[in-house]
Amino acid sequence: MSEKSSSKDAVGKEFELRLTPMRRIQKTLYRYPWLSSLAVLISVVLAFGLVNERFLLPSTISLMVQQTVIVGSLALAQSLIILTAGIDLSIGSIMIFGQMVMANMAVFAVASNVTPFAGQNPYLAIIVGILAAAAAGSLNGFLIVRFGLPPFIVTLGTWSVFMGLALIFFKARTIQGPEMPEVMLSLGEGFSVGPFFVTFGLLVMFALYFAVAWVLRNTAWGRHLYAVGDDPIAAKLTGINTNRVLFSVYLVAGLIMGITALITIGRVGSASPNVDPMLNLQSITAAVIGGISLFGGRGAVVGALIGSMIVVAVEMGLSLAGVDQAYRTVAIGVLVIAAVGIDQWIRKVKV
Amino acid sequence: MMEPIVKARGLVKRFGTVTALNGADFDLYPGEVLAVIGDNGAGKSSLIKCFAGAHSADDGSMWVNGEEVTFASTHSARDHGIETVFQTLAVSPALDIASNMFLGRELRKKGFMGTVLRQLDKKGMRLQAAEQLKSLGISTLQDITQAVETLSGGQRQAVAVARAAAFGSQVIILDEPTAALGVRESGKVLDLIKDLKNRGLTVVLISHNMPQVYEVADRIHVQRLGKRAAVVTPKSASMNDAVGIMTGAIDVPESEQQLSPV
Repeated sequence: MSEKSSSKDAVGKEFELRLTPMRRIQKTLYRYPWLSSLAVLISVVLAFGLVNERFLLPSTISLMVQQTVIVGSLALAQSLIILTAGIDLSIGSIMIFGQMVMANMAVFAVASNVTPFAGQNPYLAIIVGILAAAAAGSLNGFLIVRFGLPPFIVTLGTWSVFMGLALIFFKARTIQGPEMPEVMLSLGEGFSVGPFFVTFGLLVMFALYFAVAWVLRNTAWGRHLYAVGDDPIAAKLTGINTNRVLFSVYLVAGLIMGITALITIGRVGSASPNVDPMLNLQSITAAVIGGISLFGGRGAVVGALIGSMIVVAVEMGLSLAGVDQAYRTVAIGVLVIAAVGIDQWIRKVKV
Repeated sequence: MMEPIVKARGLVKRFGTVTALNGADFDLYPGEVLAVIGDNGAGKSSLIKCFAGAHSADDGSMWVNGEEVTFASTHSARDHGIETVFQTLAVSPALDIASNMFLGRELRKKGFMGTVLRQLDKKGMRLQAAEQLKSLGISTLQDITQAVETLSGGQRQAVAVARAAAFGSQVIILDEPTAALGVRESGKVLDLIKDLKNRGLTVVLISHNMPQVYEVADRIHVQRLGKRAAVVTPKSASMNDAVGIMTGAIDVPESEQQLSPV
């Protein structure tokens, strides 16, 4: 291509858009599907606020935002995978696996006098735990890329495998906060801004979202990830190494799950293999409500953050309204099916 | 005699028990428009996919500009100046026009943001994409940041052709570019092919549409049963003759199967 610098801007101008206001709104919604999720979040919050004024108290909102860290961080990992038209059912169990690895190693280092571990600082334990989760994520990626197995089956299998491994290696024992070096719990600490409490875990989650969103928008890897999710055959024909992209996505997702493990220890105050069994479903729900299409290639990760807040708000709102835990579980199930139904409907309209 | 820009001898490609190419030969000369015609299953697509780097042949040899080559991927074919517009177009519907044109060979910003953080030069890509479309006379596209799925079939085809012509390529292969298009849009694509030829590019056109082939082609490669049955020109053979060779009604002796450039 030639470099006619003088005429470049003039050429660009000819392609500028001239749009009517309606078309502009339509186009904006089409480009930023998470805007409608934001509208849903605001409606949900206002609706619960009308039912119960305690819902809108700064202390409740502060608690809800803190509640979002675990689901929100996992939803980020889930979103990356869903963008490639995959799904990860092992997310919760890989997070627990990473958590058990880092907590046990930290405790062992404090207590033991075995040479390689004795007196090791807990940062090493944290790094090893995060890498263990990343390795678990890459195992998913390896099985999917190398053997062409469907992500659904692979991650259903590894969900069971890593849950089992966490129980075998660590005897299903919950490690209480005080047993661990303080650093392990640091992401649960934080500072107050007015009536709101901001944990370091929350800041880490926001930083992760920012970093991932930037990379997706601004690097070739980000575009290739969308292209692979959109149409893998086309992506391959344009010369994209689709296998490498897919594998790297599962690796990065595993890394995020490992970081979430540390966030969770801080948030919960202990490391337990019995963390919420609904985490997988919640992370999928959050991503899909946030406008990330299960068919791949469409959506922005910021939507998953909004989706996570919706999930947490619905749980909290129902809980404040005195609805039993069992019914809340039903509500989350209904929410995910409804969200997928709407996603499918939107796609039909477009085609 | 002129040296072929792309040459192949005895290409074999099997898919399981099906033999798509059974010792196919191929000659493409610089600056020509070569049409490849053949019945369904004659191996047209398999043949060009070998040159595109999408398939690797099980046997046989290929040369580009006299140098023997093997293509591991579409990347290596491109490195040799061969670009392909696949029948499926190989575009990502949700990505915009500029992103699609640079898919798999994105430009990065200069300096720290580009080399360390690997940030894309989005503005640069948009400008170049717009310039490329304009230089090909494709002015019906208003917005370079429009998602490809919002375009009509002909516009998508134009984007795919512009992408193929954009990167200093020598040879452009078009697989059934008009199959999914209406009459008017087909006409535009044919004009685009003539334009590519006028710019000195070499074009391979795979088509079922005989009138279109006779309108733009300099020579016609007739593929039959996984082999080259004959090469004719629009002047040397009528459409009926070409169809006759294609279906096997007319048998062309081995010695007359190859035809030098016109």
